[in-house]
Amino acid sequence: MSKIHVSTSINGDAVEYLCDPSETLLDVLRNRVGLTGAKEGCGSGDCGACSVELDGRLVCSCLVLAAEAEGKEVSTVEGLADGEKLHVLQQKMLEHAALQCGICTPGILVAAKALLEKNPDPTETEVRYWLAGNLCRCTGYDKIIRAVMDAAAEMRGA
Amino acid sequence: MVTEYKEGAAGTEYSKRDFKVVGTRPPRPDGVDKVTGRALFGADLTAPGMLHATILRSPHAHARIVSIDISGALALDGVKAVVTSNDFVKQGSSGNQDTLDNCMARGKVFYDGHAVAAVAAVSVKVANEALKLIKVEYEVLPHVTDVDAGMLDSAPVLHEGRKFRNIPEGNNANVSGYWEFGHGDTDAGFAKADIIVERSFKTAATHQGYIEPHATLATMGPDGRGEIWACTQGHYMVRDMAAAFVGMDTSQLRVTPSEIGGGFGGKTTVYLEPVALALAKKSGRPVKMVMTREEVFRASGPTTSSSTDVKIGMTKDGRITAGQAKLRYQGGAYPNITAMLGAMTAFAAYDLDAVQTLAWNVLTNRPKQAAYRAPGAPMAIYAVESVVDELCQKLDLDPIDVRLMNAAKKGTLSSYGPTFDEIGLVATLEAAKAHPHYAAPLGPNQGRGVSCGFWFNFAGNTSVSMGINEDGTVSVIEGNPDIGGSRASISMMAAEELGIPFDKVRTIVGDTNSIGFNDVTDGSRVTFSVGLATIKAARAAIKNMCGRAAQVWGIDADAVDWVDGAAVPMGHNAGEFPPMTLAEIAKDSAKTGGPIAGHHEVNADGAGVSFGVHLVDVEVDPETGFTEIKRYTVFQDAGKAIHPDYVEGQMQGGAVQGIGWALNEEYIYGEDGKLQNAGFLDYRIPVASDLPMIDAVILEIPNPGHPYGVRGVGETGIVPPLAAVANGVSHAAGVRMTELPMSPPRILAAIDGAK
Amino acid sequence: MVKVNLWGSLRSATGGLTEVEVDAKNTGEMLKALAEKYPALDEIIEGGVSVAIDGLIYKEAWFTPIRPDSEVVLMPYMKGG
Ligand code: FES
Ligand code: FES
Repeated sequence: MSKIHVSTSINGDAVEYLCDPSETLLDVLRNRVGLTGAKEGCGSGDCGACSVELDGRLVCSCLVLAAEAEGKEVSTVEGLADGEKLHVLQQKMLEHAALQCGICTPGILVAAKALLEKNPDPTETEVRYWLAGNLCRCTGYDKIIRAVMDAAAEMRGA
Repeated sequence: MVTEYKEGAAGTEYSKRDFKVVGTRPPRPDGVDKVTGRALFGADLTAPGMLHATILRSPHAHARIVSIDISGALALDGVKAVVTSNDFVKQGSSGNQDTLDNCMARGKVFYDGHAVAAVAAVSVKVANEALKLIKVEYEVLPHVTDVDAGMLDSAPVLHEGRKFRNIPEGNNANVSGYWEFGHGDTDAGFAKADIIVERSFKTAATHQGYIEPHATLATMGPDGRGEIWACTQGHYMVRDMAAAFVGMDTSQLRVTPSEIGGGFGGKTTVYLEPVALALAKKSGRPVKMVMTREEVFRASGPTTSSSTDVKIGMTKDGRITAGQAKLRYQGGAYPNITAMLGAMTAFAAYDLDAVQTLAWNVLTNRPKQAAYRAPGAPMAIYAVESVVDELCQKLDLDPIDVRLMNAAKKGTLSSYGPTFDEIGLVATLEAAKAHPHYAAPLGPNQGRGVSCGFWFNFAGNTSVSMGINEDGTVSVIEGNPDIGGSRASISMMAAEELGIPFDKVRTIVGDTNSIGFNDVTDGSRVTFSVGLATIKAARAAIKNMCGRAAQVWGIDADAVDWVDGAAVPMGHNAGEFPPMTLAEIAKDSAKTGGPIAGHHEVNADGAGVSFGVHLVDVEVDPETGFTEIKRYTVFQDAGKAIHPDYVEGQMQGGAVQGIGWALNEEYIYGEDGKLQNAGFLDYRIPVASDLPMIDAVILEIPNPGHPYGVRGVGETGIVPPLAAVANGVSHAAGVRMTELPMSPPRILAAIDGAK
Repeated sequence: MVKVNLWGSLRSATGGLTEVEVDAKNTGEMLKALAEKYPALDEIIEGGVSVAIDGLIYKEAWFTPIRPDSEVVLMPYMKGG
């Protein structure tokens, strides 16, 4: 089976890869590009652990074909920090102890970032509904919600 | 001051002290790796030349394997090795053999999803192609998946001819365990009651639901040396099992734990690791295996489902006169002790003159159950706490007052045998009663539920080693995978005992060759046992450092004490010397006798039981039967909270898993014995929008068995929500709910039935 | 002599008793004495038990001292999550 050549941008870097027509973006990120920050919790769009942004839109990378990234911009958790400087969301996740095992954390961070780009001042309910596609089995969500609300406040300069 | 302690007398470990590090909330050492995506979990590692392996699974709930023909798979391009049960070594103990047979079916398949063969190939795709070329001839047998049906004489027998210990006459061949606990005369107790309530309850099997599927990477050379990388709650357990299953010495197999993406008990056993190792051995190449989510549901252990009868007698003023429970659990196709733990915990919260619990484990055609947070206790305590609630309702008594009146306390003969030492149940109940939540008004269609919860907490085999570095910092190695922030709490205890700042300590989880043996991360044992061993390893290092200072000062080692991170002369004759800090002693260590280290190995005891009380307000929509959690508060005795954030996190996470168990989660089997909801879409765990904030109130009633008073906190939190939510729903809906999950159709049916 | 309480279902191995007496100064001696006096308990003890002494649960410890007035409870081996 012949492979597809894809030119795309990942976290601001130009990247090229060859992929099978049936391969998902998640598989390519993890297995071909070497970015294992996005996790596979289900492979069916139900857990959000694989969340990335595609041209600024939040997607489950397990549901996106790798070939669809052609000419687009992909952002993953690895692109969140600026060198040594953590993103406010990352900092707040740490401060609020909003992770236990941490497997859901990359997806939650990417999803929360997408939320705050759209809505810098979400209510608790809005945060809860936005993150409803990101399963966390460890924390009961309490500290995650607090971390996101606090990050939003700080990013607004409140 | 170094507190005096006596070896071997666990009850005397605790002494009061002022903490400097313990009880603060520093950022966790693995945090940055986890928020940047750098942390390596089970599926994140690759090796040069690596193969990918996948598993052929049974499509039948119960069948005899007549033959397996792997020749077609082996002939496919890119296939490097195939294994079946023939490639593993027969085990001496029945427990190990069961675990092996669950990894790879031998002779019979016992459930839909049971592994039959595995293929290693150059890609997942080729491996999956090859699976289709394996020909398995099955003789399909009748199956049973329900606990009560499994006990009937007409039920198909799973393990023909196998004898189980201590099973009374009158039970069929699927009953693999029977237990009785209790004391006193229950007949006399019931005779004294003014009111007796007797009810039957059912709970569905639920899955631990860790977000990270099982994953492993194994290598094995022709020299017979092996390496395994795996997400597990216990890498020594993986080493021992995998080595035994492929027939090699444990010393030749090194297991390194990855970061672990949740376990909750479900990663205390092996599924893939021995298979990957056998394939690596056969192919001579590294082999990676990762379960799909569907495989996690179909073939890794859920907890047991249960069917329980409870009878409780009470006087008019709320004193329980007798309690009795009959618990029937099924945990799949192999024997397990979860029903026994249910029978031991059912009435643990109460101080009773007469109590009796009987438990049966029944074998069924479902996956081999695995431990799930306080295994056995949630379903048992759900049934008991539901009946206590109904009694309070019938007698118009306050549910917390009644629990206080009957609460177990120091000196109570527990329902499972021993007499309790210091326990925190009364304090926890009093805190719940005094909390504003308990007095808050309820709206229409709302109900408030209360429940107690209990878990034993375990201790066990533990090894810790620490090195004092020349720059005055400390490196700690522990051997228990960090599942919820334990590296932080271990570093904190090391810093506390040594008298140095938290950020001078780094704790890592070593591989199986780094330090002595460790039991799996289970039974809420890590902060207690590893903490205990860390404190004692620190004391060993302190003793060494005091000796170094004594040498330098030219005084007796006994005349040196350790205060605030420094050696100081003690007593009138010791002489006047300024304190010598850890950093100063470490800097000159090469000149005063060599490296300074401390280590401690122990089979720890004295974990100290933990009680919790949960309060919940629910609103039930009478039109749809949908339940909304409006408010939730957890009260739990932590003994001493080392890092309160992670204690709260355990309490909140446990509560939400319990809420899922109460309202949504359920293994659903069809008539054909196949699992119908093997995915997160149909097996719905709680999501953020289902929940309010979960308030966590930590109580600290020191555990006499730990130097700082620590009790395990990981498990108790999942115990009370089942009954708390059920009691809340029963009040809100005006009808007693007796089956979990309380899905909307079930609640509607109950409301309609009561009309 | 120490009094040992057994969990209910062991009655079948002791001729109906749930409280038995054996001569022992520590847990190892106690388990050995129990197995000698009640051979049917042997395989249960071999299969794994815990012992609670004065309210504290010990798993697999042979040398924990038992005083004549200690509360001793034989318990099944337990595993958590
Ligand atoms: S892995 Fe993509 S949503 Fe779960
Ligand atoms: S922290 Fe473990 S799944 Fe969210």
